[in-house]
Amino acid sequence: MTTTSPMLDVLEGFIQELRTAGLPVSLTENLDAMEAVQHIPMEDREAFKYALAATLVKSHSHWKAFETVFEVYFSLRRPAPGESLDELDEGDGNVRFDESGSAAGGAMDSLSPEELAEMLYRALLNADEATMQALARQAVTRFAGMEPGRPVGGTYYLYRTLRNLDLDGVLERLMDTSREQAGGELTSLEERLETDEYQDRIAKLRQEIEAEIRRRLVADRGPEAMARTLRKPLPEDVDFMHASRDEMAMLRRTIQPLARKLAVRLARKRRHGRKGPLDFRNTMRHSLSYGGVPAEPKFRYPRPAKPEIMVVADISGSVAAFARFTLMFVYAISSQFSKVRAFVFIDGIDEVTRFFEGTEDVNQAVHRVNTEADVIWVDGHSDYGHAFQVFWEKFASEVGPKTSVILLGDARNNYHSSQAWIVKELRQRARHVYWLNPEPRSYWDTGDSIVSEYGVHCDGVFECRNLRQLERFVEQLG
Amino acid sequence: MTATNAEARFESVPAVRQGLADVKYLADEGIAGVVYLADRLQKPVLVEGPAGTGKTELAKSVAQLTGSRLIRLQCYEGLDESKALYEWNYKKQLLRIQVERNDEDNATWTEIEEDIFAEPFLLTRPLLEAIRATDPVVLLIDEVDRVEVETEALLLEVLSDYQVSIPELGTVRATQVPLVFLTSNNTRELSEALKRRCLYLHLDYPDLEREKEIILARVPDITDSLADQIARVVRSIRQLELKKAPSVSETLDWARTLLLLGAKEIDEAQATETLHILLKYQSDIEKAAKELSAAAS
Ligand SMILES: Nc1ncnc2c1ncn2[C@@H]1O[C@H](COP(=O)(O)OP(=O)(O)OP(=O)(O)O)[C@@H](O)[C@H]1O
Ligand SMILES: [Mg+2]
Repeated sequence: MTTTSPMLDVLEGFIQELRTAGLPVSLTENLDAMEAVQHIPMEDREAFKYALAATLVKSHSHWKAFETVFEVYFSLRRPAPGESLDELDEGDGNVRFDESGSAAGGAMDSLSPEELAEMLYRALLNADEATMQALARQAVTRFAGMEPGRPVGGTYYLYRTLRNLDLDGVLERLMDTSREQAGGELTSLEERLETDEYQDRIAKLRQEIEAEIRRRLVADRGPEAMARTLRKPLPEDVDFMHASRDEMAMLRRTIQPLARKLAVRLARKRRHGRKGPLDFRNTMRHSLSYGGVPAEPKFRYPRPAKPEIMVVADISGSVAAFARFTLMFVYAISSQFSKVRAFVFIDGIDEVTRFFEGTEDVNQAVHRVNTEADVIWVDGHSDYGHAFQVFWEKFASEVGPKTSVILLGDARNNYHSSQAWIVKELRQRARHVYWLNPEPRSYWDTGDSIVSEYGVHCDGVFECRNLRQLERFVEQLG
Repeated sequence: MTATNAEARFESVPAVRQGLADVKYLADEGIAGVVYLADRLQKPVLVEGPAGTGKTELAKSVAQLTGSRLIRLQCYEGLDESKALYEWNYKKQLLRIQVERNDEDNATWTEIEEDIFAEPFLLTRPLLEAIRATDPVVLLIDEVDRVEVETEALLLEVLSDYQVSIPELGTVRATQVPLVFLTSNNTRELSEALKRRCLYLHLDYPDLEREKEIILARVPDITDSLADQIARVVRSIRQLELKKAPSVSETLDWARTLLLLGAKEIDEAQATETLHILLKYQSDIEKAAKELSAAAS
């Protein structure tokens, strides 16, 4: 194996960036990847990409991060018809930043905006991929307004390009065409299938445009700098309190499978938990097959009871997202608990268990919690003291030795009185009292945060900023 | 690597893909690429993904394609060495001891021991069987996520060195490196040690084209247009936020049902009435029914 090949140099930078992005790539895996690229040429793009992923990415939740870095480091473009790979790559594997002179771009440069729009419509109608690629390139050249060295992100250029293409309008027109072809009207099923098909084609076009912008940015700035600007936390590390809308959606999708995994683990743990005392009878029974020698000791397996959970969550402002995910997560594995009750508060408190009962749709239930729960008492600013007071009066009698109470919030109490004695009393009655705080530990007890006043009375206070930490906590509950 | 390097099994990535298609397994370039690589690097493949996406079938199809015998280790909770690797046939051993005891010229214990910890008393289980095979084999370790983490350790020696150590007999090395597939439904995180030894392949739901081809390959007598429509409806349904999205095997069940019902094309009523074949949860069925009959947004 030659270590001087340019491919291995690129690979080295690529793997370095994966590690920086948080993927755990071991030395063995690094070597495997180096061997893999000897067997599958980069021109077989999909196979090449999967070969690298197969050696370097061993968890599906890291796939997106991998893909982004892959696009940056191996942003080889497929040749358009009539264009050869060599023309594209100018020897160094890079695309030129300004493409106005290139063959494929040139052919479209002279089109009027109307002609271009018509071409786009036709390409989408006929699922003509080659033309769509050429159009993506042309659109970026024409509309993105990219200039070398400009410190703007890809999303800005993407926005500018898309704004000029009016894809919503194109979709309308495509649907009209479909309706005409069907003789005026489509059934609602047909409407749906047609829309999905066109949206799929439009999504592909969008990806093509994004890829084109990325390629030009990489050409301008180099892969390292580009990768740095695109770096995002892995799903399990996304901060609940600062998640973007896309990240929120991604978290929602991640919760179900994660919860399913956890439920299986918990059930298994209960069945096969620690070994209990020796089961004498069973051991003797089995010894018969060894001629009376108790060769195979058998143990009793204790079956610990399922815990009962009470979640008490602050759902005000910045911690709302955290409360939502925690509720979703707890309810997604509610089969692992004998009972789950949920309470939410801001300055007033309301039991919301009813929203979760009789429905399989946790998302829907959480939505109702947000819109229907009665949590405002005076002014809608968090008042832990008052909320706990009401909880104590109404529900304390239902907290018993099987109950684990989980308190959720940043304990930013707006300088109200803490009523921390309630947490102390709860701990006397309950099996456990835990506190989960979505703020970074370094913020605790700063400003109006009084988490330690409560914390001293809890069995544990946990930083819970992301799914990784939430999962770890819930696992030790079961 | 201890085992000798046999001839490469596949000529190229497209050849793998074509070969799989010939045995009615529709792979994309990514899947074919990983299978090709597994052969070249002589590494096992860990296949992970949702239920019914063709993980087990991939191993079976590769076996068929390469004319290999499929040796399958089905994993379950409590699987242990004696079921995965080998076991001494102690009944037979006891009998032998009895016989030797009754012999006139008493054998020493050492002699007896040498006697009974030998080939004829060994019960071979799938992993050892695959290692010792002299004919071409594909080893399938199915649903490996079901065994406890500790049990995974049993697999490591086989997966990295293609050998099995039997204290009484010594080390058995493979004379040829078998193709190995492990499947997992991802119910728990597998150990780092296991993952490091494997190539990783995530099998997701196929895209529209591939799903249609799967239907055409697996459901005899179905028309191209019905297969196309089925794949489209399934794609739409998978876009909804569901508790459990339809798997490929459910798509196939649905296709067979529609064919039995004599459907030429799918209308809303028929789709809604048969949704329970595609979806398993009542709330999912209701959601999908509502979405399919409501005009698109
Ligand atoms: N790519 C494919 N080509 C042809 N048939 C396929 C393909 N993928 C899935 N199938 C069909 O789907 C069925 C289910 O696949 P399989 O049993 O391999 O799923 P699996 O991923 O192992 O699921 P599980 O996790 O439930 O074990 C197969 O019997 C096969 O008919
Ligand atoms: Mg299977």
